[in-house]
Amino acid sequence: MTLTLTETTKANVNRIGLAKNDYKGSRSTLCAGCGHDAITGHIISAFYELGIEPHRVAKFSGIGCSSKTPTYFLSRSHGFNSVHGRMPALATGALAVNHKLIGIGVSGDGDSASIGLNHMCQIFRRNVKMLYIVENNGVYGLTKGQFSATADVGSKQKGGSLNDYEPIDTCALAIELGCGYVARSFSGDGKQLVPLLKGALSHDGLSFIDIISPCVTFNNHEGSTKSYDFVKDNDIRLQELGFVSHYEPITVDYEEGTTKRVELPDGSYLILRKLDRDYDPFSKKLALSTLADARLSNQLLTGLLYLEKNRPSLDTRLNLPDRPLVELGEDDLRPPRAVLEQLMESYK
Amino acid sequence: MESTLNNFTIQVGTVNGSGSQSANLILLRSIFNMGVPCNGKNLFPSNIAGLPTWFTIRVDERGYACRSRDVDICVAMNENTIDADVAELRPGSVLVYNEALAYKPRREDLVVYACPFTTLAGKVTTDPKLKKLVTNMVYVGVLQELLGLDPVAVEQAVQRQFARKAKAVALNLGALREGAAYAREKLRKKDPFRLETRNLTAGKILIEGNAAAAMGALFGGCTLCAWYPITPSSSLPEAFIEFARKHRHDKDGKAKYAVIQAEDEIASLGMVLGGGWAGARAMTSTSGPGISLMSEFAGLGYYTETPGVVFDIQRAGPSTGLPTRTAQGDILKVAYLSHGDTQHIVLLPASVEECFDFGMAAFDLADRFQTPVFVLSDLDLGLNVWMSDPFKYPEKPLDRGKVLSEEDLNRVGKFERYRDVDGDGVPYRTLPGNPHPLAGWFARGSGHNEAAQYTEKPGDYKRMLDRLAKKFETASQQVPAPILQNGGDTRVGLLAYGTSHWAVVESRDQLSASGIQTDYLRLRALPLNGAVERFLAEHERVYVVEQNQTGQMLSILRIHYPAHTSKLASVLHYDGMPIDAACITEQIVAAEKECAD
Ligand SMILES: Cc1ncc(C[n+]2csc(CCOP(=O)(O)OP(=O)(O)O)c2C)c(N)n1
Ligand code: SF4
Ligand SMILES: [Mg+2]
Repeated sequence: MTLTLTETTKANVNRIGLAKNDYKGSRSTLCAGCGHDAITGHIISAFYELGIEPHRVAKFSGIGCSSKTPTYFLSRSHGFNSVHGRMPALATGALAVNHKLIGIGVSGDGDSASIGLNHMCQIFRRNVKMLYIVENNGVYGLTKGQFSATADVGSKQKGGSLNDYEPIDTCALAIELGCGYVARSFSGDGKQLVPLLKGALSHDGLSFIDIISPCVTFNNHEGSTKSYDFVKDNDIRLQELGFVSHYEPITVDYEEGTTKRVELPDGSYLILRKLDRDYDPFSKKLALSTLADARLSNQLLTGLLYLEKNRPSLDTRLNLPDRPLVELGEDDLRPPRAVLEQLMESYK
Repeated sequence: MESTLNNFTIQVGTVNGSGSQSANLILLRSIFNMGVPCNGKNLFPSNIAGLPTWFTIRVDERGYACRSRDVDICVAMNENTIDADVAELRPGSVLVYNEALAYKPRREDLVVYACPFTTLAGKVTTDPKLKKLVTNMVYVGVLQELLGLDPVAVEQAVQRQFARKAKAVALNLGALREGAAYAREKLRKKDPFRLETRNLTAGKILIEGNAAAAMGALFGGCTLCAWYPITPSSSLPEAFIEFARKHRHDKDGKAKYAVIQAEDEIASLGMVLGGGWAGARAMTSTSGPGISLMSEFAGLGYYTETPGVVFDIQRAGPSTGLPTRTAQGDILKVAYLSHGDTQHIVLLPASVEECFDFGMAAFDLADRFQTPVFVLSDLDLGLNVWMSDPFKYPEKPLDRGKVLSEEDLNRVGKFERYRDVDGDGVPYRTLPGNPHPLAGWFARGSGHNEAAQYTEKPGDYKRMLDRLAKKFETASQQVPAPILQNGGDTRVGLLAYGTSHWAVVESRDQLSASGIQTDYLRLRALPLNGAVERFLAEHERVYVVEQNQTGQMLSILRIHYPAHTSKLASVLHYDGMPIDAACITEQIVAAEKECAD
């Protein structure tokens, strides 16, 4: 059996009548072959195929080659390229006051695992409803190739020195800190990444995807554990993934015992087909121990690591009305004169 | 000698955490209830319990509201500070002390009243914890008798303090009456300080600046408050939460506001800018250390032109400094907060009423000029209790600035985020979610042109900076204007801002009495405008009064008006205590004498 993945329509417009070009952005200025550009392409595919109206999307990023990419997709959407490491704070504020926006944050491993580590951890805890992507190349691309905090022990820098320090596993942190949709993927694996992106956009809460994205200029040599060759040789996929949108019929052949169908809050489905192992993405314990084992055996595990539905997102916890705060008018925002008079009385 | 009727300062020295605050506030409010103007200042340590703390009440029917350097009546409840407290008293001052303390009065030149506070408190309760708390009420009773506090005014204050909880009211009134009875029977009045009922506080309120500012944010339409706790700022967001809980829920009980306790001040300002960019009115509140952390985001807000409001309740010191003492030490930093050519709109409230007014205005200015606006209060204003006229309900609707809706875009047919369409330096913006195909734009801290596209072209970059400068020129005409008070035909000018105002008011009367007439310009905002330059031009000497060591506002004046630099002289106060009038008067008298010599 093969899964028919994602391509729902062969016509050159999607269900809301937009062409793929309408989801593109300005021309990339990244190095030719940079993994980040491939991810941009997969993001465009996911939004195009889901038929999301661009104006409903808000893009956020920090600083780095990876953080530049939101200009390269969805040019009709609003976006904010902020300061190094602080994308989560900016996104949290924007999405708190307008939880109807579809938030997507793009960050790098330097941006998220070093300078912005605290903010990333806190947005996991707050469970802000958005898609958070780390384009992980193990180095600071934009500042010319220094190791980042996700570089593996023993990974070789372009100049030859080896990394001595333990890597931070952002996915393990996400699982630990209450994120309900955690995946790892590879920039070169659209077949896996696009369904993961679509699933993430259908999730009700923070969805986090760490995407290995080779830096061809500074970290694609022999001895690097974030090179194209290394990923190709060591990538072990946890499952085969498919995605069926809530507005399309399920056409996937689907064998009892080997294929699981996971319904997402908006009525879409993720289709998980068993590969070598029988992986249960609903177990926090299994997810964490699987990641720990993979690390000990130098394997790169990709796929959907963890899924937990029904965790209250920030807007729920803040008890916000359905109508976003930004839409409130003066009558809602400024209490009437009598309230001030009453307050003044209480201080007399 | 100055009149001692309705004109004196009381200082109560206690131990932090001993529950003295309610007694202090009752004392303050009792005087207020008698119609006599007064305000209270809390001098407390950076400590939760155990260290010494003082509360001073200045009673002054002329209305002077700054700290008075001299204490007339010292109530000593703290064994550890009583010696030092007594040593500072002027001859003729009053000492009321707790007999239970290991203390023997040694000064002959004071009027001393020893009172068995602890024993008297024991008469109303045997519970050791309660006894400790109500001991403080006993001194209120003693002062009631000694100063002639109206018992009705006192009882009203007790009722109010304990929110009319019958048991607490009865217990505290009991302790108070023990104190009053003791004073009546055992103490013979030997001092001149007296209170007499007046009608000078009718209709007035007593409030702290932080509560006033939070109320400003509530009526200013703030919907996002992101904050990180720090003294002396925390009570501002906490008051906002309390007000919003009461006055900002919809029919279904949903919250029409969001409060997020951020992980640090960097995130606080990041959230505020995210909220502002998305179209909300967002604020944070902090103090010096938080301001330092906000620096990078402040520049991003300036350059991407994103609204947001930052309250800075200034405290003393570089680094941790004196976290529970006051200063005006952040002005220079905040005026240009961040790297590169950054500047900000800064509002400088002097009173609780201005905390409210500017707390509202800050949101209008932030939206109008699409930039972070800083409101610089300080610990003295923020945490202390000030008497004020009630706040006035805003007459003007909220000013949401130049925001283009979908319909607007249909009408005008074009949109460039950073184009100066109106010639005032203020561009138009659209908000995320706007469905018009032209609405989308990308905010970035990197170089951008009128169309918000990335550019490194020298001409583009410079043009954008120059347009920003023009925007701030426009802003300088719309921020709260400086207030000028003429002292007649004089060549001496005084320039001050924020809480230094109250000491300047009193000092000008003192100066006038010693033959020095002054004009006074009170700055209420940055950027500075022409009125300031005119004031500098019209005076031979201008004394710039401020509560920091380096003359920060004077430095800003120097930057903007280099031609007038030689006229400027600093009058400074920076020991952590609120500035007092005598400190200004002494420095100016000395300087003027030098000029005359
Ligand atoms: C406060 C601050 N410090 C340092 C920098 C310099 N800087 C720019 S990008 C970057 C690292 C980016 O690394 P990563 O997030 O991994 O992105 P990549 O370029 O690898 O995609 C650094 C250190 C900065 N922009 N801001
Ligand atoms: S330096 Fe590396 S990360 Fe940056 S654009 Fe080039 S390849 Fe990509
Ligand atoms: Mg990187």
